[in-house]
Amino acid sequence: MEQNIVLQARGISKSFPGVKALQHVDFTLRRGEIHALMGENGAGKSTLIKVLTGVYTRDEGTVFLDGVAKDVAIRSPQDAQNAGISTVYQEITLCPNLTVAENMFIGRDKKLLVSHKERERKADEILGRLNIPARAAQQLGKCSLAVQQMIAIARAVDMQCKVLILDEPTSSLDDNEVEMLFTLMRRLRGEGVGIIFVTHFLEQVYAVCDRITVLRNGELVGEYEIQNLPAVELVSKMMGKELDDVTGMEKRELAPEDGETPVYNAEGLSSANGVRPFDFRIRAGEVNGFSGLLGSGRSESVRAIFGADKVTGGTVTIEGKPVKVKNPIDAMRGGIGYLPEDRKDDGIIADLSVRDNIILALQVLRGMGHPIPKAEAEKFADEYIKALSIKTASADTPVGSLSGGNQQKVILARWLLTHPKYLILDEPTRGIDVGTKTEIQRLVLKLAEEGMSVTFISSEIEEMLRTCSRLIVMRDRKIVGELKGSELTQDEVMRTIAGRSE
Amino acid sequence: MNGKKTLRREPLTDNALLMVIAVCIFTAMYAAAMLFLGGGFLRVQQFFNILNDNAALIIVACGLTVVMIGGGIDISVGGVIALVAMVCTVYMNTEGASIPVAVLIAVGIGLAFGVVQGTLVSYLGIQPFIVSLAGMFFARGMTTIVSVNPQKVALPAFKQLMATKLEFPFLGYYGKKGNLIPARLELGVVVALTVLVVMAFVLRKTRLGRNFYAVGGNPNSALMLGINVRFAKFCTYVISGTLAGIAGFVLLMHTGAGNATNASGAEMNAIASSIIGGTLLSGGVGNVFGTFVGVLTLATIKAIVPASGLTEPWWQSITTGAMLCLFILMQSVVLGMRGKGKRQKQ
Amino acid sequence: MKKQTGSGFGNALRQLTVPLVAIAILIVFNLIRDPAFFSVTTTVNNTGRTVLAGNLISIINGASELAILAMGMTLVTAASGGQDIAVGATAAVCGSVFVKVLSSGASITGLSILIAVVACIAAGMLCGLFNGTLVSVFKIQPMIATLILFTCGRSIAYWINGGATPTVSSPIVTAIGSFIPGVPVPTPIFIVIFVGLCFGLLFRFTSIRLYMQSVGINQRAARLNGINPVVIKMLAFVLLGVCCAFSGVISVSRLSLINHETILLEIEMDAILAVAIGGNSLGGGKFRMAGSVLGAYAIQALTTTLYAMKVPSTDIKAYKAVVIILLVVLGSPVVKKAFANLKLKWAQRSAKGAEA
Repeated sequence: MEQNIVLQARGISKSFPGVKALQHVDFTLRRGEIHALMGENGAGKSTLIKVLTGVYTRDEGTVFLDGVAKDVAIRSPQDAQNAGISTVYQEITLCPNLTVAENMFIGRDKKLLVSHKERERKADEILGRLNIPARAAQQLGKCSLAVQQMIAIARAVDMQCKVLILDEPTSSLDDNEVEMLFTLMRRLRGEGVGIIFVTHFLEQVYAVCDRITVLRNGELVGEYEIQNLPAVELVSKMMGKELDDVTGMEKRELAPEDGETPVYNAEGLSSANGVRPFDFRIRAGEVNGFSGLLGSGRSESVRAIFGADKVTGGTVTIEGKPVKVKNPIDAMRGGIGYLPEDRKDDGIIADLSVRDNIILALQVLRGMGHPIPKAEAEKFADEYIKALSIKTASADTPVGSLSGGNQQKVILARWLLTHPKYLILDEPTRGIDVGTKTEIQRLVLKLAEEGMSVTFISSEIEEMLRTCSRLIVMRDRKIVGELKGSELTQDEVMRTIAGRSE
Repeated sequence: MNGKKTLRREPLTDNALLMVIAVCIFTAMYAAAMLFLGGGFLRVQQFFNILNDNAALIIVACGLTVVMIGGGIDISVGGVIALVAMVCTVYMNTEGASIPVAVLIAVGIGLAFGVVQGTLVSYLGIQPFIVSLAGMFFARGMTTIVSVNPQKVALPAFKQLMATKLEFPFLGYYGKKGNLIPARLELGVVVALTVLVVMAFVLRKTRLGRNFYAVGGNPNSALMLGINVRFAKFCTYVISGTLAGIAGFVLLMHTGAGNATNASGAEMNAIASSIIGGTLLSGGVGNVFGTFVGVLTLATIKAIVPASGLTEPWWQSITTGAMLCLFILMQSVVLGMRGKGKRQKQ
Repeated sequence: MKKQTGSGFGNALRQLTVPLVAIAILIVFNLIRDPAFFSVTTTVNNTGRTVLAGNLISIINGASELAILAMGMTLVTAASGGQDIAVGATAAVCGSVFVKVLSSGASITGLSILIAVVACIAAGMLCGLFNGTLVSVFKIQPMIATLILFTCGRSIAYWINGGATPTVSSPIVTAIGSFIPGVPVPTPIFIVIFVGLCFGLLFRFTSIRLYMQSVGINQRAARLNGINPVVIKMLAFVLLGVCCAFSGVISVSRLSLINHETILLEIEMDAILAVAIGGNSLGGGKFRMAGSVLGAYAIQALTTTLYAMKVPSTDIKAYKAVVIILLVVLGSPVVKKAFANLKLKWAQRSAKGAEA
């Protein structure tokens, strides 16, 4: 085995009920390198990291540490820490109720007694050395998110880790802070630490990384030296299509606009979830897409349209009539349907039956005092189970026991039942099998033909090109481009996502 | 950065803020009582009486604070106190009984409750409320199975122990006949204050104690930080159970009799004290000194209300409830403000 | 597709297993112990009327308050994922409002009783609104929020009646608490049926069940489907308040007086237990109100059985505790998982056996 390899994972597999999250993935980290782990939603990055840190136990595969050809069992985060693997997660996994110093040392000290003075002195020293603007005795919850993130890194750094995993650490940092972090990362690289860097910001990858491993759909795409992989190619590897492999698509041509009233029109819409004010309109029978990498604001924008997050500004008209969308129910009354990105947390009501899940939105629209009669509900459920070929034992089966694709179809059925004018689909094909994916794409085109407006969001560009007649490209929570007609090519989309300057 | 000076000027943590508020309210309340009601409130003995009457409550409230910091709840403590007091009484009324054995029995019963409840909650994942509800039922039921009728402890050594009081002549006052009546403090208070200091030390200075805060503050983070979350939770229940056992013995030293209705409602008083003292319901914030102030606040309300002319019996509880409501709402606001810094993700 | 006929019924039966089994065991146990345990006889009561009597009647009658509270508690549990520990205190408040209104009039007539009941329900709704606001608007855990009324509710009840434990002697009140002239079945049973019917109609003519379950299972998803979780949780608490009012009226009418200290003491614990025995998750979500009601009767049956076995009333709690622990341990995720694993192993072993 190579001498300078600090972590080597071979043939890692992990599956959850209905999902194969990782399939025989290899990963190698060398001493003193910054290694980017890239991939879109559901690619398996988080799963791989959680396997390496002991949050999940792997189903298959081996992990070697420090060039020793012996499988290391990592069963808990403690095991990982003891083995020298430290992680800084995207969501801050520190305790906001404790002080900065405690957060840096808790769970590591083997001494029974705690000396706060000693801890605070040490912590202040480290904070000073790393130039982190926080004081040791401060309560962590009082620090800004960026500082909390840096404290988490400081903790990991102080643990003399051999492997430092940074899981989207920069998503809440501003440019200066990112630069500070990079300085820190480069210093650690110099000290021989192997760093796994997960991020969605391509520029950042090219700013600090030495090597890139790309995952897609739980499988390894490949490992590349940074200089051998230009940004556009990286995007294509992540999105799953080679650049020169653009297959012909049947584009749906809409008649040119001639002053018709758009189904939905928003001006200066912004939400408490950090979307910069944006304008957006969609015509009847149009399929448009919001494109951009995860965290670019594509989901946040459609959530603002649906009133899912607190809307902080902007005016909305639906079919020309001004509407105030404060809550989802306002949007629903205006004829908007929304299939959320997070199927499990925002979509299904897991313990309820397929039937109840299907009729839920229609029931709410009709109002609490007008329950849908049982016979009618059964009719609706059977109709849509058949129409979308949802595979379920019966309409009484709890939706939580269905496979991911079928759950998604149930939510789709829920919204189709309300006969919306405008349907928003945020990652409807994520984590589901290829067959169902094409089914859903075909359905979207059919709905548009029938006059429904659809917004379609997907991590896979190819899929969006196949369905959308207009693509809005986002980066950094801003709209950076709008592509239509002949501009709708994979190449052009990726260039826009990656940034034209590069 | 000039280290030490900045340390002292640090803005208050949630923990300290809530406690400072509690201390201020208590001090203001007691001062007002001294100014406007005078009489007994001017005597140190009045304060000592509050301590004497509430020594057991202080002890269990400390235990509850620990459980609540760890993010749980234990409503069995009142029942455990009653059971311990009853079992000890019955034991001490048998031939050849000795006080050390009685103490061991008390601690043992409490420990047993703590271990069983802790196991059920943290290792079997059952809701703490239901577990400790069953614990409460079991303890109360066992108490009456041991003896339905109230019993007095007849053991001379125990009676002597009960009568032993710390006297502070310089804090005393002159009675009607002009004789000096020294301020008296019961031994139970000494135990309670010792428990208080020990628990404060455990929570502040030990690894385990700090882990309780982490576990209560954010169990997922605690796990990621490398803390054995289940064990920490388990420990909180063991501590609470054991302290309830000790409290049972202390109560017995105060009342001298085992009674099935002993410590009725103690669990809710203890929870209320913790909340008033700044323990957050959601876990992760609180300390036993605050709880101590909480107990004193509750007791002082109960003393002030009748003394200020609201002699009808219902005013005590109604005022207590109103105070509780105030504190709970205040915490909700503090909690809300703390949450504001975070981006929505809930 | 093959339509599974009666699957709804089968599901219902499966969910009600625990309370039904509990009741069945109690029935068999009692029949073995004393074959005449459940015989219903007629006796002449102290007012000279012929009425039904026997253990069965006393179980069903005695569980009335608990059954009604269990219905409301089911809703609160489902929607909020927590429990109201102030139902006893709230019922005491409602009961004293009832008594207060009755005793402030010159004489007790049908009309004054009606007014008193309405006032009593209003009081219950107010208490529910208070708890509901704390829980849904201020996001305080239900148990802690209801601790406030738990602490001072009974004193408020005491205060409403000015420190007295007033009696209300009227044939109508007696009729509510015991028997309506000419009817041999105790009136509280009819009140339970009435409240149950009201909930039945509510579920039939509104989609409140779907709303509450959705909020209880996945609040975020419910909101994204246009449901307002704050309103739904509040509604659950208000409905529980109404249930408290009915329980309070029954309890006051039984004795024709209110004793704020002892009325429905510790019934909150039994009500929560009834919900749990009824197969409902205390973490909220799907619920079956019939289960909770059966749970209430099972608890009362257990109590009556223990009484019949000469267990002192004060000791009953210890036995109840054992039952609770057994139920929750069997229902705990860890044990369930262990059972599932065991089943799997057995299945594999028998499959291997079949191969060999």
